[in-house]
Amino acid sequence: MLYRMINPPEISWIAILPVLLLSATAMLTMVADLWTDGPDREGLGWIGLVGLMATAIAAVALWNTKLTSFAGAVVVDRYGLFFTLLFCVAAGLTLLMSMSYLEQTDIRTGDYYSLILFSTVGMVVMATAADLIVVFLGLEVMSIAAYALAGIWRSQVRSNEAALKYFLLGAFATGFLLFGIALLYGVAGTTTLTGIAQTASGATAEQRTLLIAGMALMIVGFGFKVAAVPFHAWAPDVYEGAPTSVTALMAVGVKSAAFAAFARIFMHTLAVMSPDWSAVLWVLAVLTMTVGNVTALLQRNIKRMLAYSSIAHAGYLLVGMVAGGELGGSAILFYLLAYTLMTLGAFSVVIALGRRGQPNENLEDYAGAGFRSPFLGMAMSIFMLSLAGIPPFGGFVGKFYIFSAAVKSGYIGLTVIGVMNSLISVYYYVGVLVRMYMTDGGVEITQPSSRPYLFATLVVAVAGTIALGLFPSTLFEVARQSFLALG
Amino acid sequence: MHEAITHTAVAVSYLWLIPALPALGVLVNLSLGALLGKGAVGFIAPGTVAGGFGVALYCLVQILQLPPGSALEQTLWPWISAGNLQVDIAFRVDALSAVMICVVTGVGFLIHIYSVGYMHDDPSYARYFIYLNLFTCAMLILVLADNLPLLFVGWEGVGLCSYLLIGFWFDKEANASAGKKAFVVNRVGDAGFLLGTFLLFWSLGVGTHSLSFQDIAAHAKSIPLDTVTLITLLLFVGATGKSAQLPLYVWLPDAMAGPTPVSALIHAATMVTAGVYMIARLNFLFVLAPATLTVVATIGALTALFAASIGLMQNDIKKVLAYSTVSQLGYMFLGVGVGAFSAGVFHLMTHAFFKGLLFLGSGSVIHGMHGEQDMRRMGGLRTYMPTTYRTFLIGTLAIAGVPGLAGFFSKDLILAHAFSSSPVLWLVGLCAAGMTAFYMFRLVFMTFWGECRADEHTKHHIHESPATMTVPLVLLAVLSIVGGYVGLPEMWAWGNRFDAFLAPVFAAAQGGEHHMEMGLEYALMAASVGVAVGGIALAYVLYVARPELPGQIADQAAGAYDLISNKYYVDELYDAVLVQPALKLSNLLWRVVDVGIVDGIVNGSARVVGASSSFWRRWQTGNVEHYAVSMLFGAVLILVFFAWHSS
Amino acid sequence: MTAVPIGWFLILGSLLFSIGALGVLIRRNVIIIFMSIELMLNAVNFVFVAFARQLHSLDGQVMVFFVMTVAAAEAAVGLAIIISVFRNRETVNADEFNLLRW
Repeated sequence: MLYRMINPPEISWIAILPVLLLSATAMLTMVADLWTDGPDREGLGWIGLVGLMATAIAAVALWNTKLTSFAGAVVVDRYGLFFTLLFCVAAGLTLLMSMSYLEQTDIRTGDYYSLILFSTVGMVVMATAADLIVVFLGLEVMSIAAYALAGIWRSQVRSNEAALKYFLLGAFATGFLLFGIALLYGVAGTTTLTGIAQTASGATAEQRTLLIAGMALMIVGFGFKVAAVPFHAWAPDVYEGAPTSVTALMAVGVKSAAFAAFARIFMHTLAVMSPDWSAVLWVLAVLTMTVGNVTALLQRNIKRMLAYSSIAHAGYLLVGMVAGGELGGSAILFYLLAYTLMTLGAFSVVIALGRRGQPNENLEDYAGAGFRSPFLGMAMSIFMLSLAGIPPFGGFVGKFYIFSAAVKSGYIGLTVIGVMNSLISVYYYVGVLVRMYMTDGGVEITQPSSRPYLFATLVVAVAGTIALGLFPSTLFEVARQSFLALG
Repeated sequence: MHEAITHTAVAVSYLWLIPALPALGVLVNLSLGALLGKGAVGFIAPGTVAGGFGVALYCLVQILQLPPGSALEQTLWPWISAGNLQVDIAFRVDALSAVMICVVTGVGFLIHIYSVGYMHDDPSYARYFIYLNLFTCAMLILVLADNLPLLFVGWEGVGLCSYLLIGFWFDKEANASAGKKAFVVNRVGDAGFLLGTFLLFWSLGVGTHSLSFQDIAAHAKSIPLDTVTLITLLLFVGATGKSAQLPLYVWLPDAMAGPTPVSALIHAATMVTAGVYMIARLNFLFVLAPATLTVVATIGALTALFAASIGLMQNDIKKVLAYSTVSQLGYMFLGVGVGAFSAGVFHLMTHAFFKGLLFLGSGSVIHGMHGEQDMRRMGGLRTYMPTTYRTFLIGTLAIAGVPGLAGFFSKDLILAHAFSSSPVLWLVGLCAAGMTAFYMFRLVFMTFWGECRADEHTKHHIHESPATMTVPLVLLAVLSIVGGYVGLPEMWAWGNRFDAFLAPVFAAAQGGEHHMEMGLEYALMAASVGVAVGGIALAYVLYVARPELPGQIADQAAGAYDLISNKYYVDELYDAVLVQPALKLSNLLWRVVDVGIVDGIVNGSARVVGASSSFWRRWQTGNVEHYAVSMLFGAVLILVFFAWHSS
Repeated sequence: MTAVPIGWFLILGSLLFSIGALGVLIRRNVIIIFMSIELMLNAVNFVFVAFARQLHSLDGQVMVFFVMTVAAAEAAVGLAIIISVFRNRETVNADEFNLLRW
């Protein structure tokens, strides 16, 4: 009786248009790679950029709709579309900086571009998933591509090691996530988020036990991807060892995608269980912020410092999840946007300072950089101040939203810890400024204006970081509508 | 009577120009500074501030013409909106901010002009003016802000610029560490400010809030007393950090490592008064928390006395002025703490004039002496640098509280209010006033009087500073004299116009206004004049009439006994009983409290964070299995927590 | 057919999962670590199938197919990474990969 006729589910092609376009672009770059030879593969980057642009346009066109596809397994709502657009920005900027960055590495394979795009496909799938199977698929598409990307600089021992660590620990974490999914499936009898939400709202005591166990295991899985303490240990090593552009994508794209699914499942599907999970996330948030910021203080390698910084930012985002509600949810979305721009910008500066055979990733290399390249110095100052949460930049407004949400929900203690942490963080962010403006020495710098792609990345990131700081209200409204689209 | 004043706001469209002009200077000099050369940079930077000053004066005239209690407003665009929070980028000029913008742009402009001469030979000329313009812009945003978050933008901005300028000559190791200290201490203050803001937002309750000062004023009364006390205390922590009060004052003396015009502008005239301004701005909130006001007044009075006593023994000319600034800021806090907000702001203004003048004068001396800052190697400079000497003397008379000059009126007003609040606070303030007169005249005598103690080479090159430096000195000297006449004691003909001008802003605070008996007021005035004259006379005795005395005192402290001679028996007795313990105490306070305890706490907390940083680093062994263990451990803990939580 | 209670399946699945997790923690050879992870995934597959049987729902079995496919893809990438590591370092001992730390 199990073996019924197979009814293929209805597929709304319009709904999955962004994913389709993106996947097609990724495959196109793979094919086009056959016709490109020589060391320059910027053409592939351009194909990717056009594809991302098309994806973004499709996402904007779908903005006022709420479509489902694959029998409700994929839901294209504003929440998903907001993240789709965020990933287009993140991937687009990553491609742009890569087009300059690859010159200073030995990465000569066109697969690099298609892997970035495939990873982005995974992110979009995660953000629009309405079924745990699809969440898992998206996560794996994103992660497998990211594992390969981390190790794509094959001749570099550090890149190898980063890929290996990321892969082993990532697969390990996936096991926990899957176990969690299995338990939720066992309780609800379905893997759709709506079905699970229904079960959760009327759960018996026995069902609650399994639900809670499933939730705990999913927290481990998502906690790994967002790099929350104590599941964060991979992040500094992998961020340091991976090629810088890949690190940038991991820091913003992978983290945002994980938060997209994490927030959708916990803040919406399992919202009724929030008294249970918010206590755990409270502790995780405090640990993540504190360990991230405190450990960052002593770092000498800028990529590693930014890795700890990104751990700390995951902590602030967890504060938003704990705060919950409309304000907390919209604050997370806004914060991720600001975080994406300033982090990508910071990594572009790291790339700009490096040169072939000489990555210049130590803080000492930044000595006097502010004088040798005023533009780079100004850009880095803006990113660092914004990351530190100093007004009037995007990071400040984002933190203000997050902590306002926490205060409004009555989490005064969490806010105090968060504010203290953000004050500690100022120390190492401004430490970079001190290096750039108050010390001499350092390395020769190729002016970014002579590297058009990198220059473009920096200009976009600077403009975005400032705009989000000065004119945040429109985008916050967009974020609010997106979060409210969850229903 | 103040209740009747209506708060009308006039929407105008030119307020944005005031901070935008210095910002324009930043942009131009940043992008074209290298191309334009020193002449253009030195013209653009002061020019933009002069433009700002013009607009600020226009605002002041407008405010004076409008009925009392009016304000000019400009809302630029909605800024942060979230739920029931709706913060705008909006500027507002009422009587208080009109005074502030005029002081900031006016004094700022003079200091910019002075810097053109002072920094003329510095290789980083353009960078200096970029920082200075950026600072001016941030400071103007701070005083123009219509709401607390926007005020915080300026607050952080001025802190950052101050940090950059303290470390401006970064090749000296001490400067970098001074910058660091300023930074750490200000973090503590900022934590207080931010937490206070969030707590305020939380306690405002339902309804849409803009966190603008009117909004806070309208809802402040509904906040419970405990909460409002906590909020104001947190905000006051912010003020102690920024305005260098006990126990967070430590960074200011070290901040003297920066160029001297910076010390004048940032660390005397403007930025360090931001805390006073913030409390004056939020006066309606602070008066709801009498406990906080008591704390403010006590801290202010103690700081005034404490810093003045340390100033007695310093030999670095800028250090004396730095401790003096801390002490004078203490007076301002004493003023606002006893509810005399307009007196505090009045002293803020006169202090900007005479302390700006004194710092610029000391800069002129240092400039003339080729970088020498130790007063023991100065002396006799009045013949070499007559203009600097004369203007400096005026500033010193003003700060010492000699009748007829600006400092006398403002300080006296604060002391009078302090007396009617608590005679103890008044006495503390009075002692500090005596010390101020002493150490300032000690400075003048050591620097400008007597024989020149510099080496021959330096002596040969001592010269008066160029006109770009002396003209600002003269103008500030004029202001240090006439600046006080806007706020004469009530009983005199002209009355306190300044107080009347600001009264609408502080309407909430002046419910219980009291008029003192004329006789008592004269008596208090006489006491102030008495201690000032006493301090000056003592300095004269010790440093002019018997210049060998201080040296002998020092010798004696080192174990020399030949000092006991009958001829000076009276002097010696006096010295042993009064002066020497005071000097020793001063030194002790400086060494133990300042260098030992407070620095120790600051450095110690930094060390604790650093140590835990290296502890957490050990988590990161680089070994995959250890990472997996940490993950599994986390997973088990979460499961255990849930098992415990749900059972 | 006597029905085995679902609890037993869950316990067996958890045991297999824990054995896999312990293997990850204890073993030094990255290939064996990877095999331990595969064991963890298969323990989850087992749980999925058990639930699918109990709930009379195909979703769990579908999920197993996805997990197997994904695991195959993961294995392909993972082994490629291990090979490239081995080329540079000539070892697959997890303890020796600690260039990146602190």
